[in-house]
Formats: sequence, structure tokens, C-alpha cells
Amino acid sequence: MAAALPELDAVAWRRPADERSLLLRERISAGYTALYVAPLVAVAAGLMWLEPFLFPVSLLALAHAWVVPELFANRGAGVVRVPRTPTPGAAERVAQGLLGDLLGHEARALQRRTGLALERGRLGVWLVGDAGALLVRPGGRRVHTYCVRVADPELPPSDRVAHLLLALREDERGFATVANHAFAGATWRIRRRLAPARRPALDAAVAAAARTPNVPHGMPEALVRDVQRRSSVRAADGTAPSRSTSHSPDS
Amino acid sequence: MSRLLRMDRSGHTELAAWSPGDSVAHARAATIFDEQLAGGYMGVARLRDESFEQVKQLPVDVEYVLLRRPIVGG
Repeated sequence: MAAALPELDAVAWRRPADERSLLLRERISAGYTALYVAPLVAVAAGLMWLEPFLFPVSLLALAHAWVVPELFANRGAGVVRVPRTPTPGAAERVAQGLLGDLLGHEARALQRRTGLALERGRLGVWLVGDAGALLVRPGGRRVHTYCVRVADPELPPSDRVAHLLLALREDERGFATVANHAFAGATWRIRRRLAPARRPALDAAVAAAARTPNVPHGMPEALVRDVQRRSSVRAADGTAPSRSTSHSPDS
Repeated sequence: MSRLLRMDRSGHTELAAWSPGDSVAHARAATIFDEQLAGGYMGVARLRDESFEQVKQLPVDVEYVLLRRPIVGG
């Protein structure tokens, strides 16, 4: 069994992230959003019922009901906002080489194009940026976003991505526990708030997650790899349903 | 040949290299590795099966060992 991430000591009070805690977050997030949105929709409907001439006020209430979840999503997408950085220097080029070594061919090409490194895990498909990460859940319909960074802001961007990627590979659950959770919700909502340069990475992650089976916690690593490999082969053969978009890391 | 690499502001720096049969070079690399751990770095070994594992002592037969900084919630 892999060793726990040493950084967990700094957040010992947190409950370790797992399937159940992620599901719980998704439900709480949906409930929280409904709590904000439902009264506004009710006000809009009530005003129209009482006095149709109040429809401008109803529209205003509906606009608020739309904006609130958008603000949540905007906060979530902010974890992989494209930074305003100067032209990459020599250090970034060296770091890019090392990061390229850590990634496979497809993931490397995707990372160079979008700035996000795609990594398959037990909890879903991860997209790792230099100051945050997205987790696309199996099925591809829900996404979690996390604020997480390496404790040295002077590192080249690719080195920051590599740090996060290594920590994720060491201990996925530990990584999701150490990182600060920012958002849980619909993938389409996050996609709208992402920078256009980042969207192909999300599309690729959704395509990969759509054919990712749910892996029970505790399953041996070799068996997990076998399940994921079979799943990829079935998708490549066209024998498994896939909500594939235009990008796929396996294609 | 196994290598000890530190991820730093230069991109990365190779601190040591050793062969599985060269115990002197490995001991030298292990000393450097321990110093880096004491300085706040963490060791991550890339194993021959391409998996990654956190290490607190320098292994002999690995592809390379990376030294990384801790991560924190942003």
C-alpha cells in the first residue's frame, strides 16, 4: 500500500477524501445552490401570478437565480485561471522537459496546448494546473475543483504542475484532502467559466471519465489498472457507450 | 544509472547519479539525499514499473528520485 502524503500532518483535522465524502460534497453543493435559487424562482412565479405587469421584476429575480450558480462556478473555475506570466525563460524550458517525462505522449501534448496535465485516478480523471486541479468524476457529468499549490511561488510554472502531479501520484486521496475544495457541480457549468485555452483539456477529461468505471475503495492497484485498461479497450473498440467529445487522450 | 534530481527554480538540478553496483556513489548520493530531506524537500522515487513512491531513504535500484517541495491548499 502506498504511503500517505506527508502534507496530511498539516491538515490532520480534515476527514480523508474518498468516494463518500465526494458524493456528500456534491449533494451539499446541490442543496446549497437550490436553497439560493428556489426562493428567487418562487418570487418570480409568485409575482407573475399576482400581477402579470410585474414581469420585469420577475425577470430580475430569474436573472438573480441564474447568476448565483454562475458565481459559484466562476469561483470553481478560478483555480485553473490562466496566469499573466512573461515569456518562458530557460528554467521553464528545463521544467517543461521534466514534466514531459512524467506525462505520456497524449497527456504531454494536451498539457503543452492547454497548461493542464491529465491524470487518471481512482476518484476520477484529474486535470492538474500550476495552482489548482479539477477532478472530473466517473461518468463525466460532475466536477470538483481544488485550490492547491506548491509552497514556493518562484518555481517555474511547469515545475509547479510537476510538484502537484507527483503528490497526486503518491497519494490521490491524500492530495484531495490537502487541497482546498472550491466547487462541486455540473461539468457544463464549469466549462463555460473556463478560459477557452483550457477547455480542450476538460473535454479530454470528460471523454476519459465517461469510460472510467467506478473503482471501489480498497481494490488492489493491479486490479484497478486492469479494470481501467479493459474499460479503455472497450471504448476504443466502440463496444462501450461513451459521451465522448472532440478530444480524447486515448485516441 | 539512477539519478537524484531536485526540482528547483532552475527547472531541475541533478545532484547525484549512481549505478546499482556502485555502493560508494550510492552512499554519496544518500548523504546528499538526507541533507535535502533535512532542508524540507521530499523524496519521490520513480520505480522500474513506472509507478511513483514516496521514499525517506534513497533506494538503490530505481530509475530516478525526485526531490520536491511540500504542497499546500491554496
